[in-house]
Amino acid sequence: MKCEQMESQLIGYLDGRVTVRERREVEQHLAACADCRARVAGFRGVWKVLEETPAAEPSAWFDARLRQRIAEEPAPGVWARVAQWLPQRRLALASLMLIAVGFWAATLTHPRMPAPTPNGVEMSQDQNFRMIKNMQVLENYDVLKDLSAPSGVQGD
Amino acid sequence: MVRSDVQLMLGVKQGDELSFELLLQRYRRPLCHFLNRMVRDAAQAEDLAQEVFLRVYRARRDYEPSAKFTTWLFRIATNLALNALRDGRHRQAEISLDAPAEGEDGSERTVEVADGAPIVEQQLVERDRVAVVRRAIQALPEKQRAAVLLHKYQEMDYDEIARILGCSVSALKSLLFRAYETLRVELAPLVAPEASGPSPRETSEGRQP
Repeated sequence: MKCEQMESQLIGYLDGRVTVRERREVEQHLAACADCRARVAGFRGVWKVLEETPAAEPSAWFDARLRQRIAEEPAPGVWARVAQWLPQRRLALASLMLIAVGFWAATLTHPRMPAPTPNGVEMSQDQNFRMIKNMQVLENYDVLKDLSAPSGVQGD
Repeated sequence: MVRSDVQLMLGVKQGDELSFELLLQRYRRPLCHFLNRMVRDAAQAEDLAQEVFLRVYRARRDYEPSAKFTTWLFRIATNLALNALRDGRHRQAEISLDAPAEGEDGSERTVEVADGAPIVEQQLVERDRVAVVRRAIQALPEKQRAAVLLHKYQEMDYDEIARILGCSVSALKSLLFRAYETLRVELAPLVAPEASGPSPRETSEGRQP
């Protein structure tokens, strides 16, 4: 191993996050290189100094100020409030899509009404006429009259 | 039973204020420490820490536990700090040169002198020591600084730091190596002789090819 390769290995070595093989390679290099030995000792010293150096603590009014800032936040919109009630928004969206696909599939299985043609009205009237024409009771009204009259009661 | 960060954040998402309080209790100090070391001004650091929590609160409805909570939290903090430093540089260019000298925390530099001479001396030595370390950290390039703070003070693993900084693990190790190499030189007077070994500048002839 060369000094340049230590750049990628040294931090992991000092943290104890290297493989056994990597560790052996680093130690072999350190045994032969005074410069890198000094670097290792220097890094350890720096880490100790950093660990001993305190940082400023949060102020006593940190939480109160944060609560105030949160209170000043604008209220969520209508849709945001609706969305909040949905436990899983993705699930809700997927359900809506499923329903939409269901409707679409239903229109495929039931053929649509034919599009109106220029003489569509005439055709419809013709169909109604044929239906009425085929009804025997209407064609033969006398039969109907006989059936509706009670046997014991004759008309005048 | 202690609730995990993700469980708490899911609670916040459902509108549970206590969950947010617990997250605040858990991360107020580490976030303030991190930002305090990242930016120069203590008041600004605290303001940024509040901004981090505010952004977490604003994003609560869209929260999905896809990444580790701390990765998300410190990523917000790092980005805010880097932006603030960038803005600060722009503003600093406009400040006149005859502005009063400021202390490390942004306040006007003052030295308190009292009668208890040994204690004061000790405090001054300690304060100087802290100031030297702070200055050395502040002098690092911003990304190296963030890498050192997350590595040394937050004790995160390489993967998590790399995700926060948006770089590869090998790039992170390189960042850390260069940062500690700089600090080794800058903090040499504070490092105990047995720890530092021979001075970095004295051992150059021992370098291997």
